[in-house]
Amino acid sequence: MADMRTPLNKVRGLGSAKEGADHFWKQRITGLANIPLTLFLVVTVILLAGKDHSTVAAYLGSPLAAIAMMALVISGAIHMRLGMQVIIEDYVHGEGAKIICLMTNTFFTILMGLACMYAIIKLSLGN
Amino acid sequence: MADARSPADRPLSPHLQIYKPMLTMMMSIVHRATGAALYFGSLLLAWWLIAAAAGPDYFEFVNGLAGTLIGKIVLFGYTWTLIHHMLGGVRHFIWDTGKGFELPTIEFMARASLVASLGLTAIVWAVGLWCTGAP
Repeated sequence: MADMRTPLNKVRGLGSAKEGADHFWKQRITGLANIPLTLFLVVTVILLAGKDHSTVAAYLGSPLAAIAMMALVISGAIHMRLGMQVIIEDYVHGEGAKIICLMTNTFFTILMGLACMYAIIKLSLGN
Repeated sequence: MADARSPADRPLSPHLQIYKPMLTMMMSIVHRATGAALYFGSLLLAWWLIAAAAGPDYFEFVNGLAGTLIGKIVLFGYTWTLIHHMLGGVRHFIWDTGKGFELPTIEFMARASLVASLGLTAIVWAVGLWCTGAP
């Protein structure tokens, strides 16, 4: 028998998944954190521009700089993943391609974050 | 969500090419474009951190690349992209409070953030070049 119900009717009354604001909220929280952390990055890059390796390694390995840099990497990676997720959902319509893109997005942001964290930890432990 | 899609070939709502370009619309597009650019630009930050962790030889190599003309152009673009996306985010925070939706305010914030992003990028680079003693 042909299904005469509209797509809207099928989902009406089921209730929400209770995570509607989750994506929005995480994007705002990480975005807010990224403001001071980005300013820190800009100041850091200005201070370290043209400096030799030992100076840069010592600065990036110092506790405050390392912690701020790790915070930037974590907050930035989450922010990037959420932002790119929306772009993919907007423009990639094929179901298979969309899922592959979303998974690639997750893997890319996690790997990028881990690579940065590894480098910062290595610098912090005296290289 | 394949099930929720209607099989009927319904008309699509008008998309970008239908509308006359306006500043507020361009700022919205640029906010997304800068976000996507920063997504891939994060590889540069990762590269720099890994180079610093890898040791003096490789770090000097990467530092040398950053100091070339192309390297500086990329970093200049990165700086503006970062600052512009950040100011775009601040505009969104203002809208999130439910304020700033009057047309003159929206227009003003669009212009102000564009001017501010260009100005701040220039200031950051002027300070940076002054600190490194480059001309």
